[in-house]
Amino acid sequence: MTVTTETRMLLTGNHAVAYAVMLARPAVVPVYPITPQTPILEKISDLQLAGEFEVDLMTAESEHSAMTACITASLTGARVFTATASQGLLLMHEMLHFASGARTPIVMMNVNRTVSSPWGFWPDQTDSLSQRDTGWIQYYTESAQESLDTVIQAYRVAEQVMLPTMVVHEAFYISHSLEPVIVPAQDAVDAYLPPFDPAIRLDPDIGRSWGNPVNQELYFRFREAVGGSMDTVPGLAVEADAEYGRAFGRSYGIVERYRMEEAEIAIVAFGAMAGTARVAVDALRAAGVAAGLVKVKLFRPFPIEAVREAVTGVPKLVVIERNFSPGAGGILHQELKAALCGMVGLPKVHGYMAGVGGVNVSPKRIEELTREALATEPVPQSVWRR
Amino acid sequence: MRANYEIDEAGVFLSGHHACAGCGEALAVRYVINTMGPRTIAVVPPSCIAIIAGLQPNSSMHVPIVHGTLESSAAAAAGIKRALVSQGKDDVNVLVMAGDGGTYDIGFQALSGAAERNEDMVYVCMDNEGYMNTGAQKSGSTPHLASTASTPGGKLTGKKNIAEIMAAHRIPYVATATVGYPDDLARKVAKARDMKGMRFIVVLTPCIDGWGLSENAAVGVSRLAVETGIFPLIEVEDGVRYTINHGSRGVPVERYFAGQKRFRHLGPEQIAQLQAEVDEGWSLLKSRVECDPTGDPTGDPTG
Ligand SMILES: Cc1ncc(C[n+]2csc(CCOP(=O)(O)OP(=O)(O)O)c2C)c(N)n1
Ligand code: SF4
Ligand SMILES: [Mg+2]
Repeated sequence: MTVTTETRMLLTGNHAVAYAVMLARPAVVPVYPITPQTPILEKISDLQLAGEFEVDLMTAESEHSAMTACITASLTGARVFTATASQGLLLMHEMLHFASGARTPIVMMNVNRTVSSPWGFWPDQTDSLSQRDTGWIQYYTESAQESLDTVIQAYRVAEQVMLPTMVVHEAFYISHSLEPVIVPAQDAVDAYLPPFDPAIRLDPDIGRSWGNPVNQELYFRFREAVGGSMDTVPGLAVEADAEYGRAFGRSYGIVERYRMEEAEIAIVAFGAMAGTARVAVDALRAAGVAAGLVKVKLFRPFPIEAVREAVTGVPKLVVIERNFSPGAGGILHQELKAALCGMVGLPKVHGYMAGVGGVNVSPKRIEELTREALATEPVPQSVWRR
Repeated sequence: MRANYEIDEAGVFLSGHHACAGCGEALAVRYVINTMGPRTIAVVPPSCIAIIAGLQPNSSMHVPIVHGTLESSAAAAAGIKRALVSQGKDDVNVLVMAGDGGTYDIGFQALSGAAERNEDMVYVCMDNEGYMNTGAQKSGSTPHLASTASTPGGKLTGKKNIAEIMAAHRIPYVATATVGYPDDLARKVAKARDMKGMRFIVVLTPCIDGWGLSENAAVGVSRLAVETGIFPLIEVEDGVRYTINHGSRGVPVERYFAGQKRFRHLGPEQIAQLQAEVDEGWSLLKSRVECDPTGDPTGDPTG
């Protein structure tokens, strides 16, 4: 079935992503299977076989090669997509740096999964967060609908700044849970997302090369240029999201404030944890606790201005997250503190590593942790809470 | 039945590159890229080839080049070709020029995967039998007992037979070539260029620095590699049809070793052992040709 009109379907997060990819019309999709990403690859294959999605699907022999082929196909002027998780993302690491340095606007879906050792298949965000210095834009989503909408927006932003973009959702909570999802019409997406047609590309008639060895001075300038482009991303992401809202009726912002009126504490979270935190906030409010939620959707570049604005006037923040950087603590906790450092009226910041390894963090547990944060003074470190 | 092939120097390769004087690899790059012609996009991983290709903002080749990563050349070429096809530009050839390290060792997974998928590219391995760009350490291509920076006492194991490994993938075309036989080399590149699917050519490229050669020795050493039967020049079509183009003329291996510092430490017993290994390899190769009813059992081993 070709999506000619907006359609409501019951989809898993991963299948919603596959529809978003089809609607974005990449020409080349090199991909390698890994749990819990595989349903994205399988759905794309099915859509291709059914004749709905005209795409060159390259069944690469590794994620490293899949990412390599994404990079060179993009340099040759093709819109590309790939998807991975966990070990696959880590195997790509060298090429992730290469992709941003080569200024390729690849869009990739990463389905968060614990990294080995020991082996696990659970929703833990350390895989993608450990790639935060690779020069990729990173978005974290909390529902199947948001993943679909964000993949389409990601192409728009990536191709404006010529930087690769990772959209991230968590294993099983999002990837395999069924939700009603609105799949937009193809012509509406075509109007939102013009074809990718870069003027500079690999072509004998153009005669440009990529990646030649450079001296220190040139290397400095290339890096500075990447930084300059990154700096424009928050503004462009807000614009892309607002225009998406006008075209499709859904928008998310890059940092969202939920029930923040007069808040004495704000839970700071991203991904599926933000969805759970909404329920906890509702319960806390019902019990008379002035708690709110700040959801950080855009994580790279870290939207410092938007985050500061979101927490202005809030005396206390509590980060609840499912990742751990040994020697540093919870990654969102550390990033948030760095972003707020020097802010006038700096809130106190608690950090709880509660969902590491994919352990369930219920709305009730978030409520308890929020109350605990309210009643105690924060320590500089992130704190383990089971 | 040696084909007379005039090298059509399309002028894609320019002078003024950064290779050592007398470098065999630079000579091979010149023959390969000029034969491939200007409708080519090349992938070059870290290697002496990358140095030959040039430092920003210069380039020694009049074609677009992607300087990729060491282990990913075949995947990089696949991405380019697929993008070209999606844009209806199937007339542009995609060429890899990678070293033996980037082919036999770290790049082998990507190469084998591309071969299995029969990706449309010409993959040329510039085989100087070591990691020369990093100071002449051993690779999977370094010959038995050769001394390198990481095997100063001589390498204890043999050289992989990459041509047979690639032939076992049953790809359309596999060939061996070397700079001492430029007409054979260029003919093979032209033949590969005009085919479809995965084409693989391994070119023996003597290295002045890593092999310990005098600056004018590359071509002579390259010819001795063939005449001793150490590096026969062959073609394999569809993984089964073997042709020997140039092979052993019975020249003792000692003569090949004589001009190379990397073999200077060898005693008579070791030389005899290596002679036996080469003889065995040569008969094995001939048996492959004879097994194949369509192949020419003799090729032109003396020509
Ligand atoms: C992943 C990775 N590991 C190591 C290197 C360092 N390195 C650069 S060139 C090279 C050797 C290449 O040898 P070969 O492919 O035979 O090319 P040659 O220099 O001999 O022409 C190595 C090990 C690298 N660039 N990337
Ligand atoms: S080290 Fe060897 S391969 Fe490299 S440029 Fe010098 S002669 Fe050529
Ligand atoms: Mg080498």
